[in-house]
Amino acid sequence: MQKSLNIDPGKCTGCLQCELACSYDNEGVFNPSKSRIKVFNFETEGRFVPYTCTQCDEAWCMHACPVDAISVDAATGAKVVSDALCVGCKVCTIACPFGTVNYNTATGKVIKCDLCGGAPECAKACPTDAITFVDANWTGLEKMRAWAARTDSGATASA
Amino acid sequence: MSDTLGSGSAGSAAHVIVGAGPAGVVAAETLRKADPDAAIVLIGNEGEPPYARMAIPYFLTGNIDEQGTYLRKQAGHYERLNIRYVQGAVTGVDTAAKTVTLADGGTWGYGKLLLATGAHPIRPPIPGLDRPQVHHCWTLADARRIVELATPGSHVVLLGAGFIGCIILESLFERQVSLNVIEMGDRMVPRMMDENAGGLIKRWCEGKGIAVHTSTRVTEVRDGDGEELAVALDNGQVVPAHLLVVAAGVRSNTEFLAGSGLKVDQGILVDDTLRTSDPDVYAAGDCAQGPDLSTGGYSVHAVQPTSVDHGRIAALNMAGREARYKGSLIMNVLDTAGLISCSFGSWDGVEGGESVTLLDDPAYRYTRLEFKGDVLVGAQCVGRTDHIGALRGLIQNKVALGPWKERLRHDPNRIMDAYVATSQVV
Repeated sequence: MQKSLNIDPGKCTGCLQCELACSYDNEGVFNPSKSRIKVFNFETEGRFVPYTCTQCDEAWCMHACPVDAISVDAATGAKVVSDALCVGCKVCTIACPFGTVNYNTATGKVIKCDLCGGAPECAKACPTDAITFVDANWTGLEKMRAWAARTDSGATASA
Repeated sequence: MSDTLGSGSAGSAAHVIVGAGPAGVVAAETLRKADPDAAIVLIGNEGEPPYARMAIPYFLTGNIDEQGTYLRKQAGHYERLNIRYVQGAVTGVDTAAKTVTLADGGTWGYGKLLLATGAHPIRPPIPGLDRPQVHHCWTLADARRIVELATPGSHVVLLGAGFIGCIILESLFERQVSLNVIEMGDRMVPRMMDENAGGLIKRWCEGKGIAVHTSTRVTEVRDGDGEELAVALDNGQVVPAHLLVVAAGVRSNTEFLAGSGLKVDQGILVDDTLRTSDPDVYAAGDCAQGPDLSTGGYSVHAVQPTSVDHGRIAALNMAGREARYKGSLIMNVLDTAGLISCSFGSWDGVEGGESVTLLDDPAYRYTRLEFKGDVLVGAQCVGRTDHIGALRGLIQNKVALGPWKERLRHDPNRIMDAYVATSQVV
């Protein structure tokens, strides 16, 4: 059973430990702006919402890549960017309708969540279980998948 | 890449795909999944493995080698999928006999045909463009010649500062040439960006030492000193050039369909199943004029995301799986000598719509959002790279913004907040 990140915004306190853990593990710096998961602060609603790539089935980023630099990790199901192949054209950053692929000007490559190879640092760092790494059929994930389905460009069948 | 590049002058297959760019290759792969046993023939005509034109700028900068431009990197990819990749220039389609004809006289019979023939660069009617120092930057063959001529310090003139021109500009800049850019429009990227954005990009490029001439035309290209050309402009200036790169737009490849009976306008007309006016013929990518999400009409959107969407949906329908296309959204992302910009959809606004702009001139940052009612219909950004894909999500899904419209009007930078708030339970 593949596992997925499950996010429960109701439990998020906005401590940003997830962003720090992500940027440190992936970029070697404690810098939230380099994090692949972002916590959005909705002050008027008094809510914090962590948000990152859902590893969607449509894989807009992967299909839009002109140089085969994004592939599926067979073990985790994550869509993973190969730094060796990425040319930095940024097409995936506009193709992903979830806004979860970003261009890193320092490296000239794009960055996105890769589930840390199967042990996501954000989930480990979260002190309130707002981010957990659970079986992929978890109901919270279904909610995100439903949104992903609405975002399809129109194919009602998939190959 | 061990796939053969043999000429394939005759035969027949359940699925014949003409054109080995992104639309053709994605279609072939999708067909293989959807129709595991069917014969699939993919016809290319450049004598190269299938590659990405989009990657050429990075080949020019030396960031990647030629293999780095290939659409698929694994050796034997097409053979493993039992996709027969052959070479040949298709010169005609006979929809009654269900055959395509190649330049060498051979024919391929098809059950279903996909035309993914792409586009070709336009050569404007300027005297002197037949000289050997004049090149498009469209194919790998073009790129090899540009690499020879665009040496550090050489004089290069780039004709056209549209989207493609500006991508080439970036590579020429990195090759450290002395660069003059000539654009007949009143600003850079006039079909992707407004005056504010185009102005920022021009000022940025000038700050990098690039001479940008807007509202200017090339009137004639003559022999200059030594190996150089003399490029005459309509403002009286004459600019020397070891190399003139022509990037004056592209046009769908449809000429070979004359007499075929297939309906062609700006591109090959297709419906929301990517089917042409013939029930067994489909079209995808730069050659196809398909449903336009923004206008509700039919447009050629010659961009990578549209090509791959087209290729996938055409292939599903060719395999007998019904798939309908909601329409393409025009979108572009550009890096001009380090300044990154993007535009989506109706970036110039729609009738009866509303607009909000936020310009930070000294910081080279700009955001413009276009609304119709409480739905985002278009956007452009300069100097922003974070979460820009959410603009596609908001526009494509016609998300009702509710209170977020006012919040975006107050602060257009809160794009991703608006996206998360309207897509998640907040």
